[in-house]
Amino acid sequence: MRAFTRGLLGIAGFLVLWELLGRSPLLPADALPPPSVVFGELVTQLTSPEFISHVVATVLALLIAIVIAIAIAVPSGLVLGSIPAVRHATRAVIEFLRPIPSVALIPLALVMLGFGPETKITLAVYAALWPILFNTIYALDELDPLLVDTARVFGTGRLGVLFLVALPSALPFVLTGIRLAATTALIVMVSVELMAGSQIGLGYFIMEARSGPGRMDQVLVGTVVAGAIGVLLNNGLERVRRRWVAW
Amino acid sequence: MSNMLEVADLGHTYGDHEAIGGLTFTVRAGELVCVVGPSGCGKSTLLRTISGLVAPSRGDVSLNGSHLAVVFQDYSRSLFPWLSVQGNVEFPLRSLPRAERRARAAEALEWVGLSGAARKRPWQLSGGMQQRVAIARALAYRPALLLMDEPFASVDAQTRFELEDLLLRVRREHDTTVLVVTHDIDESVYLGDRILVLSGSPARLVADLEVPLPAERDQVTTRTDEGFVALRSKVARLLNVGKPALDVEKWAAAERESLSETVSS
Amino acid sequence: MTKFLQRWTVFAGLVVIWQLLGWLADDPFFPPPSKILSAAWEWWVLEPANFTEHIVPSVARLLSGWLIASLIGVSLGLLLGRSDRAMEYAGPLLVFLRSIPPPALVPVFLLLFKAGTSMQLATIVFGVVWPVLLNSVDGARSVDVTKVDTSAVFRIPRWQWVLGVVLPAASPKIFAGLRVSLSLSLVLMVISELVGTDNGIGSQLMQAQREFDYTRMWAGIVLLGVLGYGLNTALLAVERRALAWQPRSRDEQHA
Repeated sequence: MRAFTRGLLGIAGFLVLWELLGRSPLLPADALPPPSVVFGELVTQLTSPEFISHVVATVLALLIAIVIAIAIAVPSGLVLGSIPAVRHATRAVIEFLRPIPSVALIPLALVMLGFGPETKITLAVYAALWPILFNTIYALDELDPLLVDTARVFGTGRLGVLFLVALPSALPFVLTGIRLAATTALIVMVSVELMAGSQIGLGYFIMEARSGPGRMDQVLVGTVVAGAIGVLLNNGLERVRRRWVAW
Repeated sequence: MSNMLEVADLGHTYGDHEAIGGLTFTVRAGELVCVVGPSGCGKSTLLRTISGLVAPSRGDVSLNGSHLAVVFQDYSRSLFPWLSVQGNVEFPLRSLPRAERRARAAEALEWVGLSGAARKRPWQLSGGMQQRVAIARALAYRPALLLMDEPFASVDAQTRFELEDLLLRVRREHDTTVLVVTHDIDESVYLGDRILVLSGSPARLVADLEVPLPAERDQVTTRTDEGFVALRSKVARLLNVGKPALDVEKWAAAERESLSETVSS
Repeated sequence: MTKFLQRWTVFAGLVVIWQLLGWLADDPFFPPPSKILSAAWEWWVLEPANFTEHIVPSVARLLSGWLIASLIGVSLGLLLGRSDRAMEYAGPLLVFLRSIPPPALVPVFLLLFKAGTSMQLATIVFGVVWPVLLNSVDGARSVDVTKVDTSAVFRIPRWQWVLGVVLPAASPKIFAGLRVSLSLSLVLMVISELVGTDNGIGSQLMQAQREFDYTRMWAGIVLLGVLGYGLNTALLAVERRALAWQPRSRDEQHA
């Protein structure tokens, strides 16, 4: 409880600093609207169906992207992690693909997939793949050989070991990977909406607010909401890991 | 003989839990004193208050000298893996000029017989050798008092004997004042000039015993010496009076009984 | 050696397949590697101005942004990590700030710093400081009790405590953070160049797309991949030397 209060105090301190900065004459006018203005606007926006639909669009696309990324990365990770030959063979390809920033693929995705949600989902999936994939592989590396031997002694087959031993013991790492992936996917999602002129979503809202009327307060409303989604996602997944995977 | 350490009415309480309840004793210069007590009786708290890591709730600790050194039980954590053996021994000597630092470290490593390992990393050495590095580091610091916290509890029996003899030799050669905290009765009798027996928590002083053994000791003959055996029994009795917690005999008897029941039914 | 061959044979095989498919399909969207390479050659080697005006500034921005963020992240992280109290105050705030997608702040930075290098640096620094910071906090917290006690007993000076104990103890975590940050720097460099500048790899990428020059677009993507690979490899080499003291560096060991 006391730690909680301190955390609130920390945030309050930050808001005061921001308020002072926003109102100081040192900064160009309207460049950084103070929190009092931004939170007023936030309340207005939260009651606007249009804003809500932007938020829903982003969150929905984000969830779809995360699910697809899990569906691809976890099985691939299990294969790569348990069959060394495959891993060595694909290593160079993976090492080359991984550092290609997802945003660099924006132009390509736009050309191929157009301006619809497919583009942002595809790019977010691409970005979210890596943390999950690498955490799954890493988890299999850390698998205690004693556990495998124990299972083997009791007559468990290769597949049995994979699903009954390897997967459960890898789960905490995989969930950590998913948590990292979710944060990354959110960044990419909003970036793509911002850059690639999609027609709906938080990023689009931010871009509209900036390029149209230059409403910086709305830009910051979008930013704060995006940050809040990130916090919820991060804490939610962390809680899932703690509650369900307590070993 | 002057007193190196004077502890007066030392007490410490964590919240509601009284860990040490008013200890008074002294350690004379050049003496090796063993503090022995049952596990969890507050020995560690005693060591932490003497070394200044924890400020005691009451009482005084006064050291006749500017600084002391500690050898911890967990050598693998007490040594810094990113420093070489030499670097570890030099660790407390940063304020000295480089040449002197080097010389002192080399000297201390020689005392513990590790001159050849100066450039190695601690984790490349065996557990016993690592603990010798920790001892060398403490000696290089030239402490007024060398505190040791269960120093040989994490090594195998053979290594333990070697390290005990090493400690006896080093402290004889360099006239070091040592306070060893241990739960091992045999070890306390074998090492000590004096033994302080503590009762269970909160730790209180039950007895302050002189060890009637010659300074020269030997793992085989000393341990069969009559004086050794008698003192060991005495300490054991004192400790059992202090803490009759788990009666192994009784427990085993009950276990046998329940087992025979299931078999017969 | 066989592993090396195995690895690169598959890689080369995929490139060859891509080349063949590219030839067969003759699709403007998917040029074969040979065309991409020749476009890259024409663009950056035959016209060195493009190299010095776009690639060099991009890399310079990326590296300086990353270095600034690393410096801030490590020093602040070690400070916060050694004080539970400070982390109680700052923790929730850090979690929130980290969750903000940095591109969302580009409009704010644009107004605060005007378009140009300082705005791009601000975007990169804000975007990549969190992994270093949070990993440094984690690392600084991971100094075990025995090492804390040992340092206290020997009464080492403050600088030795920070630089000789906390920093090395935290360094494996710090390096993990630095690696994440470095790859994020590449992302943010591209993002910051997509708006408000006409130089840099990112802006060239956008320009190629606008001019429907897909071969050049691919060249840009490949360049970013190579850049990312190179930077990561370089950092790994530094890390391996810096963390050589670790009892077993499992890092890529069984690769």
